[in-house]
Amino acid sequence: MTEVPAVSTSPPEPAAVAPSAVIHDLGYRPYEGPRLGAGAVSWAFFVTGLRHCFGLGRSGRSKVLPMILLALMLLPALILVGVLVQAKDLLGLDEQIVAYSTYPMTTQLLISVFVAAQAPALISRDLRFRTITLYLARPLRRTTYVLVRVASLTAATFVLIGAPLLLMYLGGLLAELPAGRETGRFLGAAVGALLLAACLAGLSALTAALTVRRGLAVAAVIVVLLVSYTVVATIQGIAWDSGHDTVGEVAGLFSPYTLVNGVQVFLFDAPEATPTPPTGTAMGLLYLGTVAVLVLGSMAAMLGRYRTVTS
Amino acid sequence: MHVIETAGLTKRYPRVTALDALDLAVGDGITGLVGANGAGKSTLIKVLLGLVPATHGTARVLGHDVATDGAAVRSLVGYMPEHDCLPPDVSASDLVVHMGQMSGLPYAAARERAADVLRHVGLAEERYRPIGGYSTGMKQRAKLAQALVHDPRLVLLDEPTNGLDPAARDDMLALVRRIGTDFGIAVLVSSHLLGELERVSDHVVVLDGGRLLRSSATTDFLHATGSLLVEVQGPAGSDRRLGQALVDAGLPARPAEGHLVEVPVAGDDAARDAVRDRIRDTVVDLGLGLVRLQERHHRIEDVFRDGGAGRVDQSA
Repeated sequence: MTEVPAVSTSPPEPAAVAPSAVIHDLGYRPYEGPRLGAGAVSWAFFVTGLRHCFGLGRSGRSKVLPMILLALMLLPALILVGVLVQAKDLLGLDEQIVAYSTYPMTTQLLISVFVAAQAPALISRDLRFRTITLYLARPLRRTTYVLVRVASLTAATFVLIGAPLLLMYLGGLLAELPAGRETGRFLGAAVGALLLAACLAGLSALTAALTVRRGLAVAAVIVVLLVSYTVVATIQGIAWDSGHDTVGEVAGLFSPYTLVNGVQVFLFDAPEATPTPPTGTAMGLLYLGTVAVLVLGSMAAMLGRYRTVTS
Repeated sequence: MHVIETAGLTKRYPRVTALDALDLAVGDGITGLVGANGAGKSTLIKVLLGLVPATHGTARVLGHDVATDGAAVRSLVGYMPEHDCLPPDVSASDLVVHMGQMSGLPYAAARERAADVLRHVGLAEERYRPIGGYSTGMKQRAKLAQALVHDPRLVLLDEPTNGLDPAARDDMLALVRRIGTDFGIAVLVSSHLLGELERVSDHVVVLDGGRLLRSSATTDFLHATGSLLVEVQGPAGSDRRLGQALVDAGLPARPAEGHLVEVPVAGDDAARDAVRDRIRDTVVDLGLGLVRLQERHHRIEDVFRDGGAGRVDQSA
């Protein structure tokens, strides 16, 4: 680079005397563009939370677990679709090998691990590292913060549960199963997936909000989900064996998986995945009411928990 | 219009009164907020942000009442907390972009502003690495960047030099100075280190036990006290020999901190010049080297000494 002794009309700036590579300091530029309202801010917050649930926009290590779980969720669906498409006539199949409503029940371990790992990553993290202060010091309302955080977790869980169902549905159409019937069943299962995602996200978010330490939160969520299902399944098995179906039906209320499966049986007449699905309208409504109480109750508890968080 | 105005602002917790009927008016420029630990600095900042409701009294920030119009205040104000607040698994770049969006900037604008602001605070390539691996100095810069990303009209910096080594502290103070002067953003910066605020602020507010001890321009704190400080070079004990010689010569000399001799002076300029001459001659007569002979100025810490206020770290 050659120095050209130029006659400068402007006063010499500090940047101009730098020897070779010059970084031009433009100085501070104020922002005069638009400022968006609460809706747009909430949406941006929601999308970032959803991405963070799958490790996107976070460190490389954070992507490993959710991506492996998503792959493991899709793998059985992929195999089922392959068998259905290739061997439909050979095996005389005229419907899905595994019903949509049964799939989340079968893969529940993966789903439980996902919410157990990602709820603390999303919820406990802000409390533990006190990042929540940065949010509370911005226009976003406290209530909005809580609702959007849980919405992000619900959406991520819904994606995890819904993706293999979508794959199976598309495979079913490819295998020329009756389109109308499949669409109806799939949509019913999608509603079920959404309810299950809401229940799991609400429960795990609340657990994560109460246990700030990450490891503890992960363990607590897994224990709550796995133990409750094991106990419920055991009671239902015994009840069915001994002919006390009502006991089994009531027991089904106490695990999110059996609960939502029961709702699907009641609302959409989906194939049951438990020995004692709810029978009769009263029991069906009880299942539905329990889902509502679970989701709304965990939201209310979350809002209560965050009322006292100041920094 | 004042940037910050409070009237009778009081915040009581069950055990302590953090703010006690505080009347305050803070204007543009850089205002230092000084006080011992527990003097109410952080509580004041949280009340101004609307994060903590006041027990009594009112506070207005940029013309908005913090109790009723908190969201408007928070959209115009940037806040750098005292404590750690950065998630370890995202990069500073991503965090600052996200925080810009949280203040209502569209994504593209938030990206542009984040790049600008991170450059101003001096985070270069490391801005793309997860924050978990940052040094304290880098974390403080990232915290400052997120407070500036939405181009606030006022920033509240709570102990921005906490935990920094001397070099990083100088950088941070220079940055605070630039925010107030070059960026044109009003700054309220708290510290328990008086020397720091002397250097950067135009105005100083002194809190003690939740009460306003003093609020005035920094220059008022630093006016001349009317004494002269003398430093001499020579064998050990030279300062005492000089002091004795000055007393013998009829000057009210007394030892000051760090081998200095302080000579109170009264009277007009001619009298002061005469005293200076006599000190010079005395030093020469003793065969010592005169290193300095200067007016003694007040320091902000004198306010605490005079005001009888409690422990303040006077280092830095």
